[in-house]
Amino acid sequence: MPRHAAFTAAAALVAMASAMPLAAETAPQDVAYDDIGAIAEPLSETAGNPEEGAKIYADKGTGNCVACHAISARTDAEFQGNIGPSLDGAGDRWSVEQLRGIVADAKRTFPESMMPSMYKTAGYVRPGDAFTGKAGTEPLPPLLNAQQIEDVVAYIATLKE
Amino acid sequence: MTIPFRRAALAAMACALALPALAETAPESTDPIVINGGEVELQTAAPAPEHLDGALDEIYSGWLFRDPDTQTMQTDDFENPGMIFVDQGMDEWNMVEGEAGKSCASCHEDVSESMKGVRATTPKVNKDGALWSVEDYVNDCRTSRMQAEALDWNGDRMKNLTALISMQSRGMPMDVAIDGAAQPFWEQGKEMYYTRYGQLELACSNCHEDHYGDWIRADHLSQGQTNGFPVYRLKDAGLVSQHNRFRGCIRDTRAETFPIGSDEFRALELYVASRGNGLPVEGVSVRH
Repeated sequence: MPRHAAFTAAAALVAMASAMPLAAETAPQDVAYDDIGAIAEPLSETAGNPEEGAKIYADKGTGNCVACHAISARTDAEFQGNIGPSLDGAGDRWSVEQLRGIVADAKRTFPESMMPSMYKTAGYVRPGDAFTGKAGTEPLPPLLNAQQIEDVVAYIATLKE
Repeated sequence: MTIPFRRAALAAMACALALPALAETAPESTDPIVINGGEVELQTAAPAPEHLDGALDEIYSGWLFRDPDTQTMQTDDFENPGMIFVDQGMDEWNMVEGEAGKSCASCHEDVSESMKGVRATTPKVNKDGALWSVEDYVNDCRTSRMQAEALDWNGDRMKNLTALISMQSRGMPMDVAIDGAAQPFWEQGKEMYYTRYGQLELACSNCHEDHYGDWIRADHLSQGQTNGFPVYRLKDAGLVSQHNRFRGCIRDTRAETFPIGSDEFRALELYVASRGNGLPVEGVSVRH
């Protein structure tokens, strides 16, 4: 192979690798929860971005956290729900590791919690294919991906009284 | 505009401690629904039936959880958009169809006499030991006595008929049997009510027992009582059957739902109806 062609191929490989969804993500089934439901290690290599997390928090198609939780400062979000606790000051009350565990699978911290598990893919009763009402096949895509979890956790961590 | 609601002290405490909130928020007012200037008065609250074993103290009509404009629509039969379908149901009642050359009225005559109380006690176990909804009784008559085709459970013709039949029990307290032959069906429905379905892992009870009065965004959660069915639902601009509503709720948990007219939904219909035993049949209610 001519030298320049080899170089081009190598460059293309590097470019592909960096554009691909992070190789170093922890898959839902591989997450290590501690005995109180916290997750010590970040789920993705890229640090959580609180600004992205704030968007995911209020976005109906992704996190939609706002459906059940309220944050006083979020005057941009109409009709905040009150099923779950207010998240004002949540960044004071919980460590990042605890927040990561709660966002990923709250039932490991609060066994009776109504909160959906955002980073879980199997073990459901009559799992569906999203909101179609039809059967889905486990493993289901998680409700949020690893980076989205990290972003939301980074955002919640900023909520200080 | 929203109705003012009293937050239970428990909810306030749960929020303050940032524990998962578990709140039943009782309506501040339980005024009756006064229809046609007082011609009909429907109570909106009743003591919880004993079989609930303290899971609820009081049972409430879904009407209390709707906004004032929606509430008002149900206070006048000329303004209640569901009533046009009751009229159409009467046409259906009198329509001769099938090989036998009969209509509903051929055997059952005056609907206000023959169908009085039917809605309040259905679903119930039939003479062959099967649990039947009103829709099943209608279709059995159609296929065996009228020798006509069965109606689609979720179709307009069936909904018009069930609306007509429901109206004949308006004001009568829900009173479905849960013992004897009904018991295994009731147990099945109860099991379903508390099962956390789908990827969101939500049971009926999560929203309608633990959190009625709370809000999922702009959606004010009721106790999920069925005494107002079939309802005229503003969002659908038409009548909605109980099974259709069940299907929608379970679908929204990101679950594989059950089919309309399935045995599972009959059982759930019985169980949910029994949670409302004591609330009056509203005929055709208006919800959003």
